[in-house]
Amino acid sequence: MSELIAKERDVVIPGEIIAKGMDYLPGINASRQGENIIANRTGLVEINGRVIKIIPLSGRYMPKEKDRVIGKIIDINLGGWRLDINSAYTAMLSMKEATSDFITKGADLTQYFDIGDYVITRITQVTSQKLVDVSMKGPGLGKLKNGRILSIKPNKVPRVIGKQGSMVNLIKEKTNCKIVVGQNGLVWIQGSPKDELKAVETIRMIEEKAHIPGLTDKIKEFLETNKQ
Amino acid sequence: MVYKERLNKRGFDEPRKIEAKTGVIKKADGSAYFRIGNTAAYAAVYGPRDLYPKFLQNPKEGILRCKYNMMPFSGRGERVRPGPSRRSREISLVTERALLPVLNLEDFPNAVVDVFIELPQTEAGSRCAGICAASMALADAGIPMKGMVSAVSVGRVDDKILVDLDYTEESYEGGPVADIPIAIVHETGQFSLLQMDGCITKDMLSKAFELGKKVCAKIYEAQKQAIKDRYKIGDDK
Amino acid sequence: MNKELRESILKSLKEGIRFDGRKLDEFRKIEVETGSINTAEGSAHVKIGNTEVLAGIKLQIEEPYPDTPDEGMMMVGMELLPLANPEFESGPPTEEAIEISRVIDRGIRESKCIDMKKLNVKKGEKSWAVMVDIAPINDAGNLLDAGSLAAILALKNTTMPEFDGEKIDYKKKTSKKLPLGKLPVSVTIAKIGDYFIVDPSSEEEEALDAKLTVASLDDGTLCAMQKAGYKPLSEDDIMKMIDMSLKAAKKLRVYHEKA
Repeated sequence: MSELIAKERDVVIPGEIIAKGMDYLPGINASRQGENIIANRTGLVEINGRVIKIIPLSGRYMPKEKDRVIGKIIDINLGGWRLDINSAYTAMLSMKEATSDFITKGADLTQYFDIGDYVITRITQVTSQKLVDVSMKGPGLGKLKNGRILSIKPNKVPRVIGKQGSMVNLIKEKTNCKIVVGQNGLVWIQGSPKDELKAVETIRMIEEKAHIPGLTDKIKEFLETNKQ
Repeated sequence: MVYKERLNKRGFDEPRKIEAKTGVIKKADGSAYFRIGNTAAYAAVYGPRDLYPKFLQNPKEGILRCKYNMMPFSGRGERVRPGPSRRSREISLVTERALLPVLNLEDFPNAVVDVFIELPQTEAGSRCAGICAASMALADAGIPMKGMVSAVSVGRVDDKILVDLDYTEESYEGGPVADIPIAIVHETGQFSLLQMDGCITKDMLSKAFELGKKVCAKIYEAQKQAIKDRYKIGDDK
Repeated sequence: MNKELRESILKSLKEGIRFDGRKLDEFRKIEVETGSINTAEGSAHVKIGNTEVLAGIKLQIEEPYPDTPDEGMMMVGMELLPLANPEFESGPPTEEAIEISRVIDRGIRESKCIDMKKLNVKKGEKSWAVMVDIAPINDAGNLLDAGSLAAILALKNTTMPEFDGEKIDYKKKTSKKLPLGKLPVSVTIAKIGDYFIVDPSSEEEEALDAKLTVASLDDGTLCAMQKAGYKPLSEDDIMKMIDMSLKAAKKLRVYHEKA
């Protein structure tokens, strides 16, 4: 006889029993311990038929192929640039993935990207040892200039983006800012100082209240108040 | 002389008052505060993150690094000199061992999870308070884990078995004393920390363990609640 | 220093607002609590925005220094605990930690707010040593002003333990307070481009050109200063920064009374 101990969207902590019996299967961030399905991370329970998975509520970004991430140039070496991507692992941007220009041997790579620059890239490869390669070839990828970088919890990224980008488009429209949200929890915002500040406050609010029902309406209301 | 009643008026199976909170340090990836009586511990988790120097890296899985430290004003007597002591280094080591069994670090090759434990004030039981805080901070940081670790000291004073000794009891002179800090993995009931100062019979030890299990279960509930409280729905602050 | 960040901060300052929306002379929200650490003879817990520090006082009896045989001693220590910021590392105090400790130390020492003569118990043999330790819990910028405020509040909160001429009984607190006079306030002013700001955040600290910490008394007397950051300051800059610091000090001084 199988039995659910926790409900859909309950907050559970590591080791907590979500279900008893063999009818349920552990999904991501869950595992089987004898008869029980337990959580392996602090997060929300999601039950999909027989499969139980945990949506994490915290944690650092783990690089995944095809993710669009914002990185900061931290080093330059023979083959290209090393990026801090707000993760335990740095990423490598090779010369051929950065530009279609022909770069002569020994050229000064800082004319393309200098240390401290922020860039938006896509992850092309993650090895088992977590060596990460990124590329800048593709629409919307490149260097980010004249804006500010905001760091948010990576697990809140889907809320900030919204369904098909609805949330971030709403913020862009109401604040007149250009905004790029990286899957790794870094957000680039560019606009007038006051508009940037409004965008930052809005994103912080989404981060804090991500779990509250009717979030979109609350955000709309917030964006429309004290708009001079 | 017989130890009929505890000097601190608590029941023999009664720990001091417990307070637990998470998310107390904004800069950290996960953090917690755990207080039992007059002993308080902060724990901050940073990571998984880059590990240097490189020779410390493990290509198979991430490593755990714990650092236990008493703030200079955290002792009742003279100022505690800053910097690591033999005592604090040993405690850092046993704390690492107490926590490692519940961690799944295989997804983080070459990286490190750092746990910094700082004690602003202490009155016995500081390593156990530190372990309780660290376990909560790791869960708060979203580190993959098999379960939680709860810790408390048990022991004897004279012929009585009791839990959560304080200074008056550790230094009791009317009879033999044993102080036994333990940590229990909640999900399996196994011991991941066991130390003892003093003398005890095997029989008494079993009884002390029984008490310890009961109190650790209580501590676990406080830890669990604190981790969840951060995500309470409808908290509109 | 981060050039991009500095540009963005400057763009904002040009319009009269800080990166986080504050005015140039505005502190973040301040909260103080004293006496919460009962192992210390005095303590304070200070929050300035998300920056959070603890300060605790321990009192000891020691032999006075040979050149001041009839005075007490004082020491300020602040460690940049790795708990408070991912960039702080374990190990012996860094130059940065030592500088902060010494600047706070000078503010207290040179203001003569502790009557050192009254801390002497027996000339040339026994004096009270006041050990001020500051521990950051979370570093979101301006640890120096937060630490300095916490140190002063902890000194104010201190009660002497019982001393029988031989040994201190730390368990017995007397009702005697430390002999304190006029208290200093430290305020750090940062310069970014042509702008001056109080209470710099972490981001502003990363982008600043120079900063000046000024410790002052309530009559406007300056009792300690320290210029930090790698760009030089003009005399005019310095005078402006001192004025700004004195003005802000008035606002911080209010917290001396609250605790």
